[in-house]
Amino acid sequence: MKILRLLGISWWLQLKMRSRSAFDGLLSILWPLFFATSVFLMFRQGAASGPALLSAAVGASVMGIWSAVSTTASAVLQMERRLGTLELLVAAPRPFALLLVPVTLSMATIGAYSMIVTLLWGRFVFGIELSVASPALFVLSTLVTVVAVAIFGFLLAVASVRYRVAWALGSTLEIPVWLICGFVVAVGDLPAWVQPVSWLLAPTWGMAAIHASAQGRNPWGDIAMCLGLAAVYAGVGTVLSHVMINSARAHASLALT
Amino acid sequence: MSSLRILLFGGLTSYRALFRWMSPWIAIPVFIVQPLFQIMLFVYVGRTAGVGDDRFFLIGNAILNAAIPCLFAMGNTIDGERYQGTLPLLLASPARRIPLFFGRALPVILNGFAVTIICLCVGAAMLDVSLPAETWGPLALAVAVSSFSCTGLGLLMAAVALRVRDVAVLANVVFGLLMIFAGVNVPLVSLPGWVAATAQWLPLTHGIAAARELAMGAGVAGVGAQLGVEAGLGLLYCVLGLGTLFWLEFDSRRKSTLEIS
Repeated sequence: MKILRLLGISWWLQLKMRSRSAFDGLLSILWPLFFATSVFLMFRQGAASGPALLSAAVGASVMGIWSAVSTTASAVLQMERRLGTLELLVAAPRPFALLLVPVTLSMATIGAYSMIVTLLWGRFVFGIELSVASPALFVLSTLVTVVAVAIFGFLLAVASVRYRVAWALGSTLEIPVWLICGFVVAVGDLPAWVQPVSWLLAPTWGMAAIHASAQGRNPWGDIAMCLGLAAVYAGVGTVLSHVMINSARAHASLALT
Repeated sequence: MSSLRILLFGGLTSYRALFRWMSPWIAIPVFIVQPLFQIMLFVYVGRTAGVGDDRFFLIGNAILNAAIPCLFAMGNTIDGERYQGTLPLLLASPARRIPLFFGRALPVILNGFAVTIICLCVGAAMLDVSLPAETWGPLALAVAVSSFSCTGLGLLMAAVALRVRDVAVLANVVFGLLMIFAGVNVPLVSLPGWVAATAQWLPLTHGIAAARELAMGAGVAGVGAQLGVEAGLGLLYCVLGLGTLFWLEFDSRRKSTLEIS
């Protein structure tokens, strides 16, 4: 219960803080919206309709979830270090991973908000019919994707802690993940050597589950894969965070930038 | 002579000091890898949607990515003075303002030019897009003019950034608007009328259109008008940017708001 309370309060505080930031809040909604608008315009130019247009709209809207996490999660530990709060987090009597996950979860939550805005943008500006075949499964698939992306962001945050300009790494990963995880382009349309990489990324399966539930297919296999990969990321991230923190303590390098 | 020194050496020094993206750890991911993936994203979306061809998206997105340095570097090299606490010293100096600020734009134009040329070369190789050798000279001219005009917009944005707190957000929004309005991924004829009309007054629109024609084998004379409009827009934005800087300097002195962010 204490762990749930920690996760819940941290998530809520981080969400309130980020939603008041122009970069983390406003831009997380606007930035993917520019790309989604381009995608909508391209599909409209190609006279797409029906399931193809719905698939593009749903995919383009999910881009916001990853967009809200990639850059900010990569730079989150550098930011904590700059603000002087990293030592407090490390010294807290709770596993470091438990303190970091709600931070990235708050980012992914803003991404979910971005997803809703993009879907409404598609509906009211581009007239895209949002006829989701299984609404309950669609919401479930989206929630699973949000959690998986948050845990992916946690792994990214821990992995890039030694990279002084981690924001550049996160920013660079934004579009590749959109591309190879099948957000707006089917994974099967990518070169064959890319596809195994896609399969190792949880957002690929989350996106597949969202597409499947929107089109009335069975999403449970994709949801299971998404959650399974997220669990692997969580495990790797937890081990990595222990190693990094022990190393930083041993070398007295926690506050160094 | 003093103005020339401020223009060239002052501009370069400010660029190196205030625009910290020239480290390979930032420059390679942000100026090369990210734009290349953006090109790939829209190439594949274009194939999925059944519109355009690879050359169309390669040229549009490669030139658009000149805007990364043109917007962000201009923002950093002027707004950065405020964050470093050096803006009052800069404005208290008796240096002439045009070389002082326009000097900062020269390295930015070169940076934007280099980003686009690298993206065109690598992107063409990756996508197997044929750009014949004789087209590269005219293409380089179109890219240079586009970088200049976009830097003009960057100068205006940097001036506005003296009153707007978050330059990164402003630069990202301007970049996103250019992506939609400038005919980067959708031809102007397929955009709503008001968007196409607005695009005529934005940098990159005419440069991208000219570059596409040049890549198809048109001569420089054939796109001279487009390049002329692009250069004219660049000049217009430079004048607007410098004018806004002068006005904000005057107003900030009057209201004592120079360092308020």
